[in-house]
Amino acid sequence: MHIPDGILSGPVIGATCLLGAAGVLVGLRRLDFSKIPRAGILASAFFVASLIHVPIGVSSTHLLLCGLMGFFLGWAAFPALAVALLLQAILFGFGGLTSLGANVLAMGVPAVVCYYLFGVRLGPAMAGRTVFWLGFVGGALSVVLATVVAGITLYATGREFLAAAGAILVGHIPVVVIEGFVTGSAVAFVHKVRPELLACPLPTSPPKEHPDA
Amino acid sequence: MIIFEATNGSLIHRIDPRVRVAAACAFAAVVCLSHRLVALEIALAAALGLVVLGRLSIVSILGRIKALNLFILVIVLLLPLFIPGEPAIRISGLTWTREGLHRAGLIALRANIIMLAMICLLATMEPAHLGFALRKLGVPEKLTHVLLFMIRYVELFHQEYHRLRDALRLRAFRPACNRHTFRTFGYIVGLLLVRSMDRAQRVLDAMKCRGFHGRLYVLAPFRFTPADAAFALLAAGLVILLSWIQLR
Repeated sequence: MHIPDGILSGPVIGATCLLGAAGVLVGLRRLDFSKIPRAGILASAFFVASLIHVPIGVSSTHLLLCGLMGFFLGWAAFPALAVALLLQAILFGFGGLTSLGANVLAMGVPAVVCYYLFGVRLGPAMAGRTVFWLGFVGGALSVVLATVVAGITLYATGREFLAAAGAILVGHIPVVVIEGFVTGSAVAFVHKVRPELLACPLPTSPPKEHPDA
Repeated sequence: MIIFEATNGSLIHRIDPRVRVAAACAFAAVVCLSHRLVALEIALAAALGLVVLGRLSIVSILGRIKALNLFILVIVLLLPLFIPGEPAIRISGLTWTREGLHRAGLIALRANIIMLAMICLLATMEPAHLGFALRKLGVPEKLTHVLLFMIRYVELFHQEYHRLRDALRLRAFRPACNRHTFRTFGYIVGLLLVRSMDRAQRVLDAMKCRGFHGRLYVLAPFRFTPADAAFALLAAGLVILLSWIQLR
């Protein structure tokens, strides 16, 4: 899913980096100082959650979770993703430096789309089943969008990448379903245990007391 | 889990992080635009030189470039089928063209060169120094704050995640491709989110209590020494040489 260095052409790198940077700047503008810790800490939770591997037959897939990021971060998903993808490239060798813009777009665009389509509708007053299905559709759609955006950047580099882009899209069909179920369950879980966290924009009321504060 | 290379006091590890970040970015930019084999051969030599200078272990480098090369393998197998040209290999109706193999080879070279340089220059620094260096190089302050928070809390949530997985294992959970697994993983993700938002609120309260209003101070005393200047000059020379070969 992460496009590595060395594949994209110069114009595509330039365009994706500009667009990605624009998304990050919009996200930063909407991130006032009291939300910086939340963005950073949520980003690290998503980073860890994306290490979860779901077995499919003999192989396995990891979760993208960009739809879920959109639900909880909105436009702030862009800066969170930029940072997370930079660390992933440096630490694990997934993705790259020059393709950072393309990868940020591939995950940030679905996140923001999911935020506007579904995230803003979620609320504590909703029925649990509706919350699950909104999450399901959001999670599934985000994976489709992510592969489409990645496919477009590959296709813009050269027509010969059409087959590779198609292979990525087909390869992600099981991920679409899995991501839908996982995202739906995650949102339903938050709705059940801490409904106030689903309110958009998030309230800044102090949470319940914790002994390990 | 954070597998930044431990500082081993090598030449590379002692270079100013700002210089390393700038050099890595400039090098990656020029390598990813190179189409000439000569330029890439020089760049590869430079990247391997960095590995030697950084005294990095071959095993850890191979582990890091494994995922990249699996992706590259797919590209190398697929791409030459779709680029028209002189046939090079033909197996049961499929034709890999010479031009296609050349393009795929360039991609594989570029990807590996940039990854090697990134491992040597960036993965060898103290994680927080990466954030400070980016800040000093003009990356927006808020973005570097998000990076610093993330560096701080990623390890913590990774431990939290392993605690949850241990709890699941104690209850004889075995992941498979079924709805039960998806739901369980969804609950784990949800629990991580709830805990992270609670922690974020506590962290914010504690920071406000200490007068935080959107600024963190850069505590790393970066010093630009003659050795840094020499390294920066070498890197700049290499970048100029590579772009000259490309534009010639």
